[in-house]
Amino acid sequence: MQYFLQLVISGIVVGSIYALAALGFVLIYKASRVINFAHGQYIAIGAFSAYFFATGPKLPFVVSAFLALVLTAFLGFLTERIFLKKLVGQPIISVIMVTIGLASVLDGLMHLTPFGASNYTFPKFLPQGGVNLLGLQLDYAQLLAVAFTVLFLVLFSLFFQRSTLGIAMRAVADDQMASLSLGVSVEKMFALAWAAAGLTAAASGLVVGTIAGLNLGALTSIGLKVFPAVILGGLDSISGAVVGGLLIGVLEKLAEGYLDALVPGGGTSYVFPFVILLVVLWFKPHGLFGTEEIERV
Amino acid sequence: MSSEPSRPEALGPILLEVNNIEVVYRDIIQVLRGVSLKVPEGQITALLGPNGAGKTTTLRAISGLLIPEDGEVISGAIRFRGEDIHNRAPENIVLKGIVQVPEGRRVFKHLSVEENLRVGANTRRDSGVKEDLERIYHYFPKLRALKDRLAGYCSGGEQQMLAIGRALLARPRLLLLDEPSLGLAPLLVREIFSIVARINAEEGVTVLVVEQNARVALSVAHYGYIMESGHIALEGTRDHLQENPDVREFYLGVAKSGGRKSFRDVKSYRRRKRFM
Repeated sequence: MQYFLQLVISGIVVGSIYALAALGFVLIYKASRVINFAHGQYIAIGAFSAYFFATGPKLPFVVSAFLALVLTAFLGFLTERIFLKKLVGQPIISVIMVTIGLASVLDGLMHLTPFGASNYTFPKFLPQGGVNLLGLQLDYAQLLAVAFTVLFLVLFSLFFQRSTLGIAMRAVADDQMASLSLGVSVEKMFALAWAAAGLTAAASGLVVGTIAGLNLGALTSIGLKVFPAVILGGLDSISGAVVGGLLIGVLEKLAEGYLDALVPGGGTSYVFPFVILLVVLWFKPHGLFGTEEIERV
Repeated sequence: MSSEPSRPEALGPILLEVNNIEVVYRDIIQVLRGVSLKVPEGQITALLGPNGAGKTTTLRAISGLLIPEDGEVISGAIRFRGEDIHNRAPENIVLKGIVQVPEGRRVFKHLSVEENLRVGANTRRDSGVKEDLERIYHYFPKLRALKDRLAGYCSGGEQQMLAIGRALLARPRLLLLDEPSLGLAPLLVREIFSIVARINAEEGVTVLVVEQNARVALSVAHYGYIMESGHIALEGTRDHLQENPDVREFYLGVAKSGGRKSFRDVKSYRRRKRFM
């Protein structure tokens, strides 16, 4: 039992990272129905720019982290303005192809910098030690990661449920023509969604960097690992992103703890979440919390 | 007794003037060939005509919604309170005070009724939204009972009421209604038109309504235009239109001899359609 709980807790820590990364993904999908394959690259840009600000001009880490959030959000905004604005009204598949292209271009550019080559760690900014939870040692970095995630998720849910701007963004996702007729600027909403996605990508980059260090390949691969999380939770649901992310994290850890010993070579943690994903989609094709099409007869 | 076709100016100061506009889609398909109309302030103006006459295009030209459809006003002018507004972005036009209720209602299906209404107020910065929400519920009591329901699960009539209420929350000076009777039961159509008439009378909102159902539209409108294949074929006050023998025959379905027209005479409609 003790062992099980420990696995669950470490699964929650990993899962909250997935949830945060999935949030950025969901934001873009919710506003514009676009699947952003370059999300992992933004996560990496967020993490490395914080590292750059903290080690280059030797700014305090909190300031560097803040700058990284702003910079990546701005980058998301620019991406929409430069590459995607012209594609409004074009088939979604064209837009998705652009994001795939963008992912490889950004990947290539980052490999040209020194960051592409090796592993880095953020300068120490947290006190040593941590708390003991059910016999599991959780250091402050992990606690901070979970707290940061919860904060972001709560803020964005409130934004979408309560603020007029958030409701207008959902309206754009629902019917662009009708939104235009009410004076909602669809272009502005798309740009805003990309900026917000950049912001959350940077946030998850910061969290991953704090817990596990910085490695270009590992950071960008999170962009793909969020797929099972968002599809499990439902592509357009924030609460779905949270539940999906946490579920995938916990399943990964449980598979690692129990199944790896049974399978020669291990590695079940990579497969098991997808098995569960398939089973869930069997019964709920829109994901656990995804929006079902409303058809009146 | 037949009344003279009195000018729209006689009914009030002109709020909106569409002056000889031509609209082209995709640089090649011309839909409007010189449409001119005037909407007097504080009144209900009807734009009637058969399918494909260009009524919806005229409304879209006014509200700026041609742009997403790849359409453009290539000549002529649209003036709202003396200011040129053609080919402006739709959000600018909403800010000027013109809001369109699109054809087919187009409510936000996955938003609740109240959230739909709040999207209507998205351009406003003042603090009166709460009171206005109450006013909308006063005119459409059904919506209050449904305020937490997803709009997609409301009936057609409820959705039409929601679409009108949503547009009213933007506090328009001019409300454009595109085919509000579409797909609704006759009783419901009459209810919706009588609410529109009340809102016009009590709130002073000017209305321009596009309809195929000439009978119900002329029951509330003060002035009317009849459009056929891209231009205005006839105009006049309600009484003038209701007494015009061609309008009676082709739009109100009343035969010259009085009484309702039989379907047997439909063929002559085709032959005599271009009565201007």
